Amino acid sequence: MDLGPYGGFIVAAYAAAFIVLGALVLWVWIDHRAQSRALAALEGQGVTRRSSRTAAEGAR
Amino acid sequence: MALIDLANPHRFLALARWLVPIFAVLAAALLAAGLALGFRAPADYQQGETVRIMYVHVPAAWLALGIYMLMTIAALGTLVWRHPLADVAAKAAAPIGAAFCLICLLTGALWGRPMWGAYWVWDARLTSMLVLLLIYLGIIALWRAIEEPGQAGRAVAILTLVGVINIPIVKFSVDWWNTLHQPASVFRLDGPTIHPALLTPLLVSALGFAALFVALHLAAMRNEIMRRRIRTMRILAAAAEAR
Repeated sequence: MDLGPYGGFIVAAYAAAFIVLGALVLWVWIDHRAQSRALAALEGQGVTRRSSRTAAEGAR
Repeated sequence: MALIDLANPHRFLALARWLVPIFAVLAAALLAAGLALGFRAPADYQQGETVRIMYVHVPAAWLALGIYMLMTIAALGTLVWRHPLADVAAKAAAPIGAAFCLICLLTGALWGRPMWGAYWVWDARLTSMLVLLLIYLGIIALWRAIEEPGQAGRAVAILTLVGVINIPIVKFSVDWWNTLHQPASVFRLDGPTIHPALLTPLLVSALGFAALFVALHLAAMRNEIMRRRIRTMRILAAAAEAR
């Protein structure tokens, strides 16, 4: 496809959008992994939130 | 399910678990279709092939403004209704809004150079959009400056409500002042002035950007809820150790 004399600007605009959106998706994904690991580590140590403790006590 | 049911973070997480992949797939499909339609659409009679930049520039601009309005509603949710997820929604939306604003400014500069002969001019529309990016960055900085989430949420909500004054300035800058930037051509009282051959790819692309925003926003909200749970658990663990 011939994008004409300003093809470089068109490609650069799409590349810029792709890079920014890609970085955003990557950031959200990396953050999710980090939070999941931290939460699993705390739960592994037996740390519970007050609300979950109350629920467990209520069930007894 | 009523909106109030989502005030329970546990229910929200369960809903987000299946909504995030649905919107991610929808976004990928719509963006691919928008890209294909955009590159098949005819060139503009004045702007030539560079009009294709519109298919990323305009949706990014719409979302940058729309996300700020969502943050304004969330700010009201924090200050007036005290909805537990309002500040979570506002915090998760800010970096995404900033990213769309950045895309709008970058693609606008790359469109401006061949059309206007300059990457940047201190035109009212461009300047107010830059101010919007600075407001987004200020909001992100304020979130990071205050450690306690509830306190940070209230401070950010006030800043967000002050910053919303810039949104009508961005929207109507092209009507209120003489600008190099063209006036509105889609959202007009007398209907769009763009030919359907160019309007259809634009709307498909905009739907793709919107679906991507929903997927990213729900995922970022889920991350923020998890971050707050971790914070609470660490405080409780530290308190238990101190006893």
